[in-house]
Amino acid sequence: MNFNRSDDQRMLADTLSRYLKDHYSHKHRMASANSDSGYNPATYKALCDLGIVGALLPETCGGYGGSGSDITVVFEELGSALCVDPLLSAVMCANLIAEIASDTQAELIAGIISGEKTVSLAHYEPGGRYQLDTIECTAELINDHWVLNGQKNQVLNAGTADCFIVLARNEKPANPLDGLSLFIVNKDTANLTVNSYPTIDGGRSGDITLNNVRIAESNLLGKEGQGYLPLEKAVARGTLALCAEAFGAMCVCKDMTIEYLQTRKQFGVALGKFQALQHRLVDAVIEIEQARSAVINAAYSIDQDRHDREAQISAAKNLIGRTAKLVAEESIQMHGGIAMTWEYSLSHYAKRLIMIDHQLGDTDYHLQRYINFTTTT
Amino acid sequence: MDLNLSPDELVFQQQIKDFTSNKVPQWLKDKVLSHKHLCKEDYQHYHSLLNEMGWLAQSWPVEYGGCAWTAVQKHLFEEQTAAAGCPRVVPFGVNMLGPVLLKFGDDAQKRHFLPRILDGSDWWCQGYSEPGAGSDLASLKTSAVKTGNHYIVNGQKTWTTFAQHADWIFCLVRTSTSGKAQQGISFLLIDMKSPGIEVRPIKLLDGTAEVNEIFFNNVEVPPENLIGQENMGWTYAKYLLTHERTGIAGVGFATHYLAELKHIAAKQVNNGKPLIEDPVFAARIAQVEIDLLAMKTTNLRVVASADKDAAPGPESSMLKIKGTVIRQEINDLLRRALGPDASPYIDHYFQDSNDAALPVPEYAMPLASHYFNELKISIYGGSNEIQRGIITKMIIGL
Repeated sequence: MNFNRSDDQRMLADTLSRYLKDHYSHKHRMASANSDSGYNPATYKALCDLGIVGALLPETCGGYGGSGSDITVVFEELGSALCVDPLLSAVMCANLIAEIASDTQAELIAGIISGEKTVSLAHYEPGGRYQLDTIECTAELINDHWVLNGQKNQVLNAGTADCFIVLARNEKPANPLDGLSLFIVNKDTANLTVNSYPTIDGGRSGDITLNNVRIAESNLLGKEGQGYLPLEKAVARGTLALCAEAFGAMCVCKDMTIEYLQTRKQFGVALGKFQALQHRLVDAVIEIEQARSAVINAAYSIDQDRHDREAQISAAKNLIGRTAKLVAEESIQMHGGIAMTWEYSLSHYAKRLIMIDHQLGDTDYHLQRYINFTTTT
Repeated sequence: MDLNLSPDELVFQQQIKDFTSNKVPQWLKDKVLSHKHLCKEDYQHYHSLLNEMGWLAQSWPVEYGGCAWTAVQKHLFEEQTAAAGCPRVVPFGVNMLGPVLLKFGDDAQKRHFLPRILDGSDWWCQGYSEPGAGSDLASLKTSAVKTGNHYIVNGQKTWTTFAQHADWIFCLVRTSTSGKAQQGISFLLIDMKSPGIEVRPIKLLDGTAEVNEIFFNNVEVPPENLIGQENMGWTYAKYLLTHERTGIAGVGFATHYLAELKHIAAKQVNNGKPLIEDPVFAARIAQVEIDLLAMKTTNLRVVASADKDAAPGPESSMLKIKGTVIRQEINDLLRRALGPDASPYIDHYFQDSNDAALPVPEYAMPLASHYFNELKISIYGGSNEIQRGIITKMIIGL
């Protein structure tokens, strides 16, 4: 057993951490998050130039990493800088394309690695909540073209993505996981409309509407009717990334709270001298260690078979959801009013921690999913 | 024991219902129910409607224009108005300063200020917290020095809710630095138009600007604006804090938001069914509903026992803690119920009118913000840690 990072991973973490410290101040983050594009494309390009996306992908498709712990290393750093750049989309889409794409389609990956292309998943639908398989969007093959109809929501950076990977139903078989296909759809395809909006934790998301969108037959990604399982696997990588991001953000909340308790004085002593606060901080610290372990478990499981992987991923996202809420709320409460303000960066970490639970499935969704994966064979 | 309302109380309850349905305009209720940001005129309008009914000053004696309601009456008012979507009563003038003026103010102060609170001539704000004096309020440093015919006030207050609207501020100021910190504090009324006062808004994490910093730079205050005696301000401040504790549990709001939660959970779909039918989510709702059922009775027990001697004691600290825990749990479930619909943040939604197409159902728009904003309720008015300290000392006796 070995819980240590490899030399390469340590170097990656150091490089990324140094870059973020030098170029991704909180001020820069806030300006990026509140900009029209929801992030700063120049900074994103610079992160890609550092090789960050490459680290999230295996060598077989031009990356130099792609393991669960590689994803963890990168997203912990991104979480501690509260990074709003579209790396979650990159890790999901590039891995998904790498897994099932044709040779021509796989050329997209080079663009994602270099940062010249951004691709977003368009799999969720209104009314589907967090379910990956509640899909009404249809795909019909007519005269050598696929025709797509339907609505997609929770599309990250919908306003700026160069293209989308759309999940649609091309037939209605008995097993709802069959009959789902993936398509690469460029943003400027006719009859595709995008509604982009800012999110409460910074950055942007959006919805897309497909109204008789005609795309070439070759835009089918992977095999017809077999899109679900590869998508689930890519979403598992994204879920791991979110867990690691949350862990990174929690550690910042913890450090800021400790520092505040050491420096802020009331009743003539530092707040940290009050046992009532000490014990609550200790409880939060213990839960953060549990979160670290959950991330490790999830990272280890990412290349295991489906049942083991999905059970561990749901276990981690459930635990992270609970811990993130505890850490966000307790950090604010132990600080007091100062942490309620926009000026104080902790409040933005707290918002991100809470809203991570609304991405790729919340605490309750993953609890149910964990039960499903551990009580069936 | 009788948990039923008496015939008189039932009549009273109906009067409140008639008021909320017939007198409070629908546009105002809609604004509140959809969590829009209210402007000064909205609150003033509601105050004037209450004042017309004689219901604004619920704890004041009748001879000063109050209605001297019982605890049960105040509770019914709170519950019915919250359910109907009425704004909250802004407490600083009528519920905070009013009782202090009545108990410790001189005749001239009462004659001048009390009617102006009722008719809305003066909007008051509260100058208590300072950057270095939060939980440890008695360590406040804003000074008032008697020089010639005036006090000269210097210092800074913070977290001042609605200072941007205020005509006047009641302030705790330091008039002496000898003895215990509590012994050198005075209670001063300051005209916000005085030269040397500067108000700067503080933007909160949800983007709202309801609280402010106030800077005092050689502000002249006439000595007749001192309440009671110099260096006795701490006594008046404590009276203010413990006197008006009806509503501190927020039972009316909690009940209203629980109803909103059920309404939304019935609309949101999970796995092809209404979310409210999901056993995990239904259990979450039931749990907080059970807590709230007990809280209603706890609240009535505490405020009813206080009725006889007018000032509720340290029991109100229990109401503050449990009340905020329950409200924050409901807020958490409201956000959680939305699922992915919690994410969009369209800031102009919160303004009075907007015609923009919304990416999610209208009810979903404000609820994540509401959750974040109300993280404050366990911090302000004496944080829950301070309340626990009070209970430890005053109730348990450790």
